[in-house]
Amino acid sequence: MVETLLISLTVFVLAVFVGYEVITKVPPTLHTPLMSGTNAVSGIVIVGALIIAGQDFGIAGAILGVVAVALATVNVVGGFLVTDRMLQMFRRGPEDGK
Amino acid sequence: MMPDGLFGSDWDPQTVLNTTNAVYIVASILFILGLKRLAHPSTARTGNRMAAIAMLMAVVITLIDRQIVQVPWIITGIIIGAAIGTVLARQVQMTAMPQLVAVFNGFGGAASALVASAELVREQDAVDDVAAVTIMASTIIGAVTLTGSFIAFGKLQGFVASQPVLLPGRNYLNAVLLAVAIGLAIFLVFEPNTFAAFAVMGVIALALGILLVIPIGGADMPVVVALLNSYSGIAAAATGFVLENNMLIIAGSLVGASGLILTRIMTKAMNRSLANVMLGGFGAADGAAAGGAAGAVEQRPVRSVSAEDVALVLSYARSVIVVPGYGLAVAQAQHAVRELADELKSRNVSVKYAIHPVAGRMPGHMNVLLAEANVPYDELKDLDEINSEFDRTDVAIVIGANDVTNPAARTDPASPIFGMPILNVDNANAVVVLKRSMASGFAGVENELFFLEKTMMFFGDARGSVEDLVREVKAL
Repeated sequence: MVETLLISLTVFVLAVFVGYEVITKVPPTLHTPLMSGTNAVSGIVIVGALIIAGQDFGIAGAILGVVAVALATVNVVGGFLVTDRMLQMFRRGPEDGK
Repeated sequence: MMPDGLFGSDWDPQTVLNTTNAVYIVASILFILGLKRLAHPSTARTGNRMAAIAMLMAVVITLIDRQIVQVPWIITGIIIGAAIGTVLARQVQMTAMPQLVAVFNGFGGAASALVASAELVREQDAVDDVAAVTIMASTIIGAVTLTGSFIAFGKLQGFVASQPVLLPGRNYLNAVLLAVAIGLAIFLVFEPNTFAAFAVMGVIALALGILLVIPIGGADMPVVVALLNSYSGIAAAATGFVLENNMLIIAGSLVGASGLILTRIMTKAMNRSLANVMLGGFGAADGAAAGGAAGAVEQRPVRSVSAEDVALVLSYARSVIVVPGYGLAVAQAQHAVRELADELKSRNVSVKYAIHPVAGRMPGHMNVLLAEANVPYDELKDLDEINSEFDRTDVAIVIGANDVTNPAARTDPASPIFGMPILNVDNANAVVVLKRSMASGFAGVENELFFLEKTMMFFGDARGSVEDLVREVKAL
């Protein structure tokens, strides 16, 4: 099990570096959409929720799983929609549009 | 053996597994590319869509691959969640965006904690040490994120007093609670079947989330929301460790990194350490002290002017910089401000907006509000871009901002905000400050800017005041 933990840690560390490089390039003007967008991405836990909810291991597990699916879905759907709503409002000035 | 999923029994289980993992890799790449496109407003929207598509792919392949036996249940959960999410995303006002993000953070944290708990229920005695460690970590981080986010939401929305709530000995209490939670987690790694201990650990983590956020004042919420954003990502990554799922780890750590970067930008912009923000109480103690002093200071004369005076000054200026703050958001004055800017531009006045990183209640809050009012994003300038321009500017008009314009941050080493990067509004030829009253800002300190000879104070509600200005400028 320690081997898989080490693989997971490798992926984690590399992903944090990628995240740092990518996110530092986001301009301050987009920081609010960045937060709501990454928030939607953190809803990736929905995959975990689906895996848990999909298995048959008693009513307690099923309830926990389904509640987790619902909460994660709010996060995902709401997060991406509201980010899109914000981003469509950002427009360039008329003089640069030409 | 992998039992039949929705693929049916004709499929080779290994093929299904490989396909799923391949799709997970593609989704991970799309998440990264999507975030990369957020580097510019013109590509950001497609970036967000790429991430959404990645999420959809991940969900669909998971449903197909896994031994999904509770399909009706799951579909119910998805429909309920999607409906709530859609309504929230459509209805929310742009001024309330910090609250919405706080709520979503909380839900994400809750989902992570629930998945980890369910995994413990499922594995029971079979759970090994490594898995148990990740389950405990995921549960604690998720639970703290849940309650912390809801307190932050309450403070932003005004359900919970936005002033710091300072319990005596709170730092010791928090330290003890954290130690107990970690102690229980370690115990649970060896005795994973002790559900009572697990429940107590969960409750303590929930309590910690509350206790960590209540001592923090309302104007420090941008830091808290950014930090909780990071936590929700770390919680998702921790869930990835629990389930040995690399896509969860990648997506979660992207979010974790993003939240941490934003947190650092915010604390740097306030010249405070994260510890100083998290220990809370800022503005409370100082505010009381400054309140006493303010009684004496209030006697100092300020130049109070009418809408007509300001309109005259503005329309004869060649360049104007608007400095928006949280007061603009509260008053919903963004549309009126844009109208004023249009009116001035039609008189060949150049108009720009100077946006401090901590203006508003979350990173980038002012930019979104002004974008909503159709202000082009290339007119929105951040601190470094605009600060050298103030001394070449005729009029700086401060709307609902206070501490971020206080020259004391540059000049007075005794001030609690000394060293904080500010907008050098006082370098402009003339300054107009729109403000409700002479009340001090969040830091509880007097703003020297208001007493300068070149400063005109225009008292009133931000929205009403700006609307008056539009009328007066039009009438000229």
